[in-house]
Amino acid sequence: MELLSGADMIIRFLKDENVKYVYGYPGGAALHIYDALFRQKVVKHILVRHEQAATHMADGYARASVKPGVVLVTSGPGATNAVTGIATAYMDSIPMVILCGQVVSKLIGEDAFQETDIVGVTRPIVKHSFTIRDTADIPTILKKAFYIASTGRLGPVLVDIPKDMTAPNELYEYIKQNDIKLREKKKNVCNNKEFIKKALKLLLKAKKPVLFVGGGAITGKASQKIREFANIAYLPVVTSLMGIGAYPQSDFQYIGWPGMHGSYEANNAMHNSDLIFCVGARFDDRVTNNTEKFCPNAKVIHVDIDPCSISKTILADIPIIGSAKKVVKELLSKINKSYKDEINLENRKKHLEIWWKCINKWIKNRDGKLYKPVTALSRDLIKPQQVIEAVYKKTKGEAIIATDVGQHQMFAAQYYKFNKPNKLITSGGLGTMGFGLPAAMGVKLSYPHENVVLITGEGSFQMMMQELSTCKQFDISLKIIHLNNGSLGMVRQWQDINYKARHANSYVESLPEFHRLFEAYGLNAITVKVIEELESALETVFINKNELVFLNIYIDPLEHVYPMQKPLGAINDMIISKAE
Amino acid sequence: MRHIISILLENEPGALSKIVGVFSQRNFNIETLNVAHTEDITLSRLTLTTNGDACVIEQIIKQLNKLVDVVKILDLTEVSHIARELMLVKVKAEADDRRAEIKRITDIFRANIVDVTTTDYIIQITGDEDKLDAFINALKGINEVVRTGVSGIPRVWVKVKLS
Repeated sequence: MELLSGADMIIRFLKDENVKYVYGYPGGAALHIYDALFRQKVVKHILVRHEQAATHMADGYARASVKPGVVLVTSGPGATNAVTGIATAYMDSIPMVILCGQVVSKLIGEDAFQETDIVGVTRPIVKHSFTIRDTADIPTILKKAFYIASTGRLGPVLVDIPKDMTAPNELYEYIKQNDIKLREKKKNVCNNKEFIKKALKLLLKAKKPVLFVGGGAITGKASQKIREFANIAYLPVVTSLMGIGAYPQSDFQYIGWPGMHGSYEANNAMHNSDLIFCVGARFDDRVTNNTEKFCPNAKVIHVDIDPCSISKTILADIPIIGSAKKVVKELLSKINKSYKDEINLENRKKHLEIWWKCINKWIKNRDGKLYKPVTALSRDLIKPQQVIEAVYKKTKGEAIIATDVGQHQMFAAQYYKFNKPNKLITSGGLGTMGFGLPAAMGVKLSYPHENVVLITGEGSFQMMMQELSTCKQFDISLKIIHLNNGSLGMVRQWQDINYKARHANSYVESLPEFHRLFEAYGLNAITVKVIEELESALETVFINKNELVFLNIYIDPLEHVYPMQKPLGAINDMIISKAE
Repeated sequence: MRHIISILLENEPGALSKIVGVFSQRNFNIETLNVAHTEDITLSRLTLTTNGDACVIEQIIKQLNKLVDVVKILDLTEVSHIARELMLVKVKAEADDRRAEIKRITDIFRANIVDVTTTDYIIQITGDEDKLDAFINALKGINEVVRTGVSGIPRVWVKVKLS
């Protein structure tokens, strides 16, 4: 029998779960746990400079690995600082376990020092939360927390731990948890077999089908199967922002992502299609635009692991509940068994010939309208799109790209071609500025041999730039591509278009001299102002894998992201250039 | 349309706030709500009434069912069921003719006077919401009304259907 204190149980449990990194920040209520961390060497703690960064680091790690990231913070301000990061993970269904110190049990409810009802505060933004009320329950509750975070639709789970539960002098038996006991819940009685048959029949008939793949395909590790399915059925593929990488973007069947700043051809194909075959996306308002005008002639087949996502915003004609991988597997085996004659490449090519012609016409129509690259002769300012394309070339499309939120995020998603899943780390649902730097750090720590590139802007970067200190401490060798336009570009773009260019507070005054800021941290920074310097600067950035380099690129401050959907319009009501 | 939703949930601290939270978070309505533990002390039964079209009710049931603490959920309105509500009413009853009149109305509604002072009656009545509303309309001099909200049970053993 092994007797351990609550704090030691927590650390021991993390070891048993093979958790390598815990991201956090100490404080009164968490000190027993920190002491237990100190007394061992297996679980490494990454000390951040602000708790929000800890959650984003765990989030970045979870997005790259599809395993729960673990956060450790203290009560009160420690916990409330983590809230934005928890909400970010919740919106994008990212697995995360947040261990949160709390004041001692007998003080709860008395407005004690650093007390917050964090379970109450986070209730709408967690998948589930626990409060430890008995030290002996720690292993079972943590097991449940990890299980809930990493099964079904993934999400963050918070565990509130009153300080007395981790007291060093009270020892309990530690039992390694192999199984978990959750009360059996009635499963959904949706008849998938029947619906899969119906779905395939619809697919056979459809003249203008589109396969719409979401983040569920990435967290559900279904990209291989989806590729098989798309190829055999010769479908045009679009992904949501969260689904980028679930289908290789350089393949000809991939036609971009739909939505607010989606590709011209993806938005047009969706709007004109007669069948949307959706796997693991939730028809977010940034995709659908006005739901009343959304894809007027399309039937909708909706595959999702969470029944709540089905028919929430867009009514599904055929609902299929299950993980993306399982359902697509079933689809493929059904095709193999019963539809071999109809669904094969030759047949499908013939069947969809007109549709593909139509799509290729859209691609031709937008060519050259979105932006004009700057040349050495033109003496114009560097275009952000051009920078992303250069980064793509330099990294051969193999880097893991983290982004912040804003214009640079859209450019990164539009112009970097992701051919594998888990390579784009971006805050989609919540749109959290400041997400990028810590998320990239979380990825780099666990994938030290990968090129991890942060694409950011000065607005987002300044929200979390204190983490440069963490980068320094733990030798996190990120490559930071900083698209500097001296303003909150996306806000300014909206003001240009919707507010007659009244730029209310979208100009960032008094920016630091970034190279001196990095110098202060003992880190490298390079400044690029003209296009001739870009190539060699990128060369320097990537030449030394083990060094953090910040590339401050002055870009055209007036550039807009196009295409851009018109408010309240259909999905293909787009402006595609400033000239319009 | 009004729906009566019956939820079996873990008798855990915080479980109730998670249920109620879904309603405020997602802009659904709660009209009435009651909750108590069942024959199994680890489980609570929560009955609530809510309003909404078919899409809204479908979302309510799906969202509630997603909560880890929810074990079973049933829209009673979709099956044959018994629904009852209990109400306690305190009314002014001083003059003799007034006391007699209240007693008569109470009898007509098959309610019971459960407490008497020289000035007041407290009346207990059970029934569906409609009957309770009618009873309130029939009485004058009401001082205080306490209603439990609807509780309900299906008439037969039902297979729980989750949409």
